[in-house]
Amino acid sequence: MWNKILGLDRRWIFLLTAVCIILPFILPMGLPMQVSPPVQNLYDKIDAIPPNGPALVLDFNCDASTLPELGPMAIAILQQCFKKNIKVILMGLSMPGVGIAQAMLEEVKVKFPDKQNGIDYVLMPYVVGFGIVVLRMGEDIHKTFETDYYGTPLDSLPMMQGIHNYDQIALVVCLTGSVTPWIAFANTRYGQEIGLGVTAVMAPEAYPYLQTNQVVGMIGGLKGAAEYETLLNKNLGFEGRKTACIGMDSQSIVHIVMILFIILGNIAYFATKKRVSNT
Amino acid sequence: MTHDIWIWAGVVLTLFIFSSLYKDNPFYRFAERLFIGATLGYAIALTWHNVIIPKIVLPLQHHEYILIIPLCFGLLYFSRFFPKQAWLSRWPMAFAIGTGTGISLPLVIQASLFKQLQGTMITSFTFSNIVLLVGVITTLTYFFFSTEHKGAVGKIARIGIWFIMVSFGAAFGYTVMARVSLLIGRFQFLLHDWLGLIK
Repeated sequence: MWNKILGLDRRWIFLLTAVCIILPFILPMGLPMQVSPPVQNLYDKIDAIPPNGPALVLDFNCDASTLPELGPMAIAILQQCFKKNIKVILMGLSMPGVGIAQAMLEEVKVKFPDKQNGIDYVLMPYVVGFGIVVLRMGEDIHKTFETDYYGTPLDSLPMMQGIHNYDQIALVVCLTGSVTPWIAFANTRYGQEIGLGVTAVMAPEAYPYLQTNQVVGMIGGLKGAAEYETLLNKNLGFEGRKTACIGMDSQSIVHIVMILFIILGNIAYFATKKRVSNT
Repeated sequence: MTHDIWIWAGVVLTLFIFSSLYKDNPFYRFAERLFIGATLGYAIALTWHNVIIPKIVLPLQHHEYILIIPLCFGLLYFSRFFPKQAWLSRWPMAFAIGTGTGISLPLVIQASLFKQLQGTMITSFTFSNIVLLVGVITTLTYFFFSTEHKGAVGKIARIGIWFIMVSFGAAFGYTVMARVSLLIGRFQFLLHDWLGLIK
């Protein structure tokens, strides 16, 4: 029996994983969601930004492969900002980031048709340089980007009239699936407060920065995104589909199945090993 | 079920990729190569429109001829295609590495070393602070190779291994979560955006 388990065709595991993901979509269980302190801190930090005061920078340092995790975070943060009348500067340090920022913005704008480009938000174009872009923004945002994504000079946009460098930025939130230059280049050099939205793979690397207060708050993976959606729904009312929360039932069930497989695999391994040594 | 042709295209490509879970096949290889080609094409188009045109072509049209110097310097990268002149590509590479390192090194050391060292200092005797300090010291001891790991050093290094194993476990757990999240995203796309079976 144990040999059969060890020799199980992995395609059965793929099939079981698929079933475990699909079933909770059809029969939602609504498992409870606890909000962790890093997510709560980021929510509170954004919530404390005064309406029509200093802006929030939302950086999409990511590509399409991270969207299932980072997409729900972006939508939730944008909704919070628009509901609280917080000005938002959207940008992308990575090449595909700007296109993703535009797609997320279009999705949220459907629920907030009164929000206007250049007044409530500005979408910046892609500028090559990565860390250098972050450093230059500390000197002059207008010289770093010159125009917005649609080619309008930043000087002519009402929202950008009073925004020149990090002195007028309340918080930078970086959505990333890789290394971020914001901590070293914006926080260390200019003292700019940073928040992170990271993929689950990157979360263990980001935790040390939370402990040293170099990052004010963090959303980690789909779980973090679901927590943020829950907070937003509870406090301000979430508009639209809570993608992350819907996925969390499936996530939990798959994790239980994986744990069972790991336990079963280990028992089978030791049982067969013992039998071999006895013979 | 949607009538959006782009969602249908996404569905077909998703199923092509999923087909590799059964076994390797031409549909999977087609989707894989299409993905690489489309990504590269997108990057080239974006670089052309967001970098080459606004940063080089337009300024040159406005007689900013000083840009010819960095332009020629950058073009030296292409000397790699000619074996006899390939050494010229080291100049722009050296410039990029030198300036990049010069700019980032002080800030990265400050952010990732000094601040982290500061964070390890015990400011209050809480359980987590003590675990953190013990974890850092024992792990660093494990990576100290100038002394043989015997006696007290060996025992401390052994504790360090436990901390490293726990961190590997946490990282693996998070990785599993991330991969499952990607699969959930795809199934949401198939069941919600394409089939409209779930709200």
